[in-house]
Amino acid sequence: MKQKKDVPQGTLALMVLKTLEVLGSLHGYGIARRIEQISGDLLSLNQGTLYPVLLRLEQEGAIASEWGPSENNRRARFYRLTRAGHKVLQAETRDWEQTAAIIARFFAVEAGDL
Amino acid sequence: MRAVRRLCTRLLNFSIRRRSDSRLREEMESHIAAQAEENMRAGMTGEEARRLARLKFGPVEAIREHYHAEKGLPFLEILLLDIRYALRGLRKSPAFTVVAVLTLMLGIGANVVVFGVLNSVLLRPLDVSDPGSLYQLRHQQWMSFRLLTTSFPAFEDFQRRNTTFSGLAGVNAYAQAELNWRGKAVREIAGDWVTGNYFDLLGVQPELGRFFHAADERGPGSAPYVVLSDALWRTTFSADPGVVGTTVQLDQHPFTVMGVAPARFHGTERFVWPDYWLPMSNEGQAEAGPDYLHSRSLITVTVIGRIKPGVTQRQATENLNAISSELAKEYPQTDDGQPLRLIHPGLFGDEGDVIRRFLWTVTVLALLVLAAACANLASLFAARTADRSHELALRVALGSSRRRLVRQLLTEAVMLSLLGGAVGLGSAYLLLGVLNRWHSPYGHLPLTVDARVYLAGLAFTLGSAFLFGMVPARQAWHSSPLQVIKSGAMQSLALRRFALRDLLLGVQIAICALLVTASLVAVRGMERELHAPLGIQPQGAMLVDIGLSQTIQPGEQAIEKQREILEAARSIPGVTGVGTVSRTPMTGGMHGVPIFPPGTTDFKLANSVLAPYVFPMSPGYLEAAGTRLLSGRDVSWHDTAKTPYVAIVNQTFARKMWGQTPAIGQHFVLNGHLTEVVGVVENGKYHDLQESQQPVVYPPFSQSDASEGVFVVRSRRPPNEMASALEHTLSSIEPNLSIGVQSWSEALADEFFSAKAATIALGIMALLAAMLAVTGIFGMAAYSVSRRMKELGIRMALGARKTQVMKAAIGRPMVVLGAGSALGLLAGVFASRLLGQIVYQANAQDPVVVGGAVLTMMMLGIVASAIPARRALGVNASQLMREE
Repeated sequence: MKQKKDVPQGTLALMVLKTLEVLGSLHGYGIARRIEQISGDLLSLNQGTLYPVLLRLEQEGAIASEWGPSENNRRARFYRLTRAGHKVLQAETRDWEQTAAIIARFFAVEAGDL
Repeated sequence: MRAVRRLCTRLLNFSIRRRSDSRLREEMESHIAAQAEENMRAGMTGEEARRLARLKFGPVEAIREHYHAEKGLPFLEILLLDIRYALRGLRKSPAFTVVAVLTLMLGIGANVVVFGVLNSVLLRPLDVSDPGSLYQLRHQQWMSFRLLTTSFPAFEDFQRRNTTFSGLAGVNAYAQAELNWRGKAVREIAGDWVTGNYFDLLGVQPELGRFFHAADERGPGSAPYVVLSDALWRTTFSADPGVVGTTVQLDQHPFTVMGVAPARFHGTERFVWPDYWLPMSNEGQAEAGPDYLHSRSLITVTVIGRIKPGVTQRQATENLNAISSELAKEYPQTDDGQPLRLIHPGLFGDEGDVIRRFLWTVTVLALLVLAAACANLASLFAARTADRSHELALRVALGSSRRRLVRQLLTEAVMLSLLGGAVGLGSAYLLLGVLNRWHSPYGHLPLTVDARVYLAGLAFTLGSAFLFGMVPARQAWHSSPLQVIKSGAMQSLALRRFALRDLLLGVQIAICALLVTASLVAVRGMERELHAPLGIQPQGAMLVDIGLSQTIQPGEQAIEKQREILEAARSIPGVTGVGTVSRTPMTGGMHGVPIFPPGTTDFKLANSVLAPYVFPMSPGYLEAAGTRLLSGRDVSWHDTAKTPYVAIVNQTFARKMWGQTPAIGQHFVLNGHLTEVVGVVENGKYHDLQESQQPVVYPPFSQSDASEGVFVVRSRRPPNEMASALEHTLSSIEPNLSIGVQSWSEALADEFFSAKAATIALGIMALLAAMLAVTGIFGMAAYSVSRRMKELGIRMALGARKTQVMKAAIGRPMVVLGAGSALGLLAGVFASRLLGQIVYQANAQDPVVVGGAVLTMMMLGIVASAIPARRALGVNASQLMREE
């Protein structure tokens, strides 16, 4: 039962990590909003799919979470990046940039260049 | 690292069943509320804002599922659910469960037992260092089925001249000795004479004391040492470490106990457990009679050797054969230059081939039984799944994935087979324990149930689960929910599914017919073997063993003593015949003695014309043994070393030597004496039951150098009564000797062991297969009757005749039975060759076998379908119609 996702799961995790690095401690809704803001209308995301990703990252030790009061005085779960998470983010960023660079190079090649 | 950490958390969550989703629910609520508030700020109404917020959040249930899957271990969770479901299902239909578990128990149990024996006999390596490079020397032909290889001097020549072996050791096994310790006779024990390098060659270390080495042997009689087996040390010397260094007496000769062998070590024969090992250089000292150590014509040594690293078996064989032909040139009178070959020791030389073939054949048959059991279960399962097809279709329609259904069905199959496998393994364990205590005529074989046997049991279990679980799984996979739901209980698909079950039942019946045929072939073979002309009449005869050679040297005095004993035995009331012979037929260790035409001067082996077995005997032996004298006369006490040499020969000898010419009065040279044939007796069996017709010479004891014999006493009285009478009479003549009395039939019983074992093994397999076939046919007939009850009722109401109803009810199983049986019989005929490996003169085309198999299968069919047929005939149409 594979769910159809508009955002590949690995990419979503990377976005979450980067968001938390930039903004510090944040609750699920905040993360979702931030991702939407940054990606604009390019990415259609079921906000709920964020939560399994958050759980997974927490289980991996990349992020930690605790309860806290939200802006509208509700109880919300706040997530923050751990030290391990920083390292993970660095590594993933490097990987991603490398992959992107390679792909970019392929796109840059024209028939005449060969 | 991250993955490990995650797995740990998930495992923890799984194990403490942390399934609460309060956290997720709270997070979701707060999320949606926050989104709704924002929407309202953007100007939406409350209702609209909340709806859009939920929409944006996505499918809540799917996310929760996903969340849970991330949290715990869904694979294991579903497995647990499936197991619980399967157990509930099995509990709900106890009859099905019991039948299935029993079926599996029989199939898997039989296979584990067979594998256990196979493992202990063939697969487990010998308990010596590097068993792979250890070989036994065998002659190319002539000596096939005989353990012995060479004379001691020839062994020494091979040892000195070879370049391919790191060592050769000689063994003269099956020696017997009376053990005396602290002045008391303890008991008769059996052991091996071995050359000094024996233990070093095998690479074993003593448990206590030390072993003798090649350096301890400095000529005949120089090494009066004995190494005890662990078992003898524990039972007779009560595991006293102080026994090392003390002196024990073996047949009145002193030997110093040098050490004790480790418990697992028992030489190179798997079935034989010697009590002791003695250096061969002392053999002449301890045993009266011919000097084995210096005679080239006495073949007494079994040779084992370890080939050097890097040398191939072929190179070693060529090396040995070169030496063998050298020896034949140097000693033409005694060494015949027979080519040699190398085999791995452990199973009585070439008997190993027979044992190996037997075990592999039985393994194949046992696997067939398991296959039949699986076919049986597959059809049971298929029927069960067909009954559940409605439920399965509904589940698919409601969105359950097919993979999930198949997984569940397979879980059920695996649960069932694990149950059956556990029970089967348990019963196999018990049965192996029983077999372990049993002493086969080959000797004792410790059957260890090791990890390999357990693994095999598990493999059988899972393999069968897969085999019979695939059928319902396939059914579920291919079922179309729409069709099933539309057509209701009486699906049109049923026909096709019946075809699959027909096939399964057919396979089962074919296997059963094959096994029934095989066991009938074995029974016929045994019958033939039991009635094969032996050339002797063991019934009513007793064998008496007196250790005469311990007190008397061969010669005239020994002959007188023999005569005295024979007279005494004859005087016992009821005795009709007495005689003595050097050894009775089928007691092993025989080899041919070369004979030459009259006038031969150069007695080299190349000049010999025949190598018959030689049985020196007393007058009266032939009559006592029940060997018919066809022409001529028996030998008499008047034939002595001073009168012309005479002998009696058997028909084969006469035919091979002189063809159609009468043999009486003809001459030949035996042991250097011109010998006249004075009588011809019937053929018989001499070494084993399977041998071809062998030439045999019976010279009188008084004209041979044999000293000791076995007394044969024929009487009309019952064996036990006769035994005590004999013991009483003979101990009054020879009070100091141990006298062993045994009925001849009993002594020969072991010869029929392989036939009996084959019959029993095949019989059990056939019985198991027959049981499976009966339950299979019964199950199918009963099922089809119960499914068609209503139809049958309508037919009866419309006036169908009984035969028509019967045909409708059980026609199908009967057709399958016929086709399967025919197939199985055909397979049986083709498998004859396979059976021929284990059964004497197997012949599946034997009309008795074919008839018996057909009859058996018919009986099985009748037994299995009687009840369903009665049920079909007993249908009460009006009652049945009213029910619905």
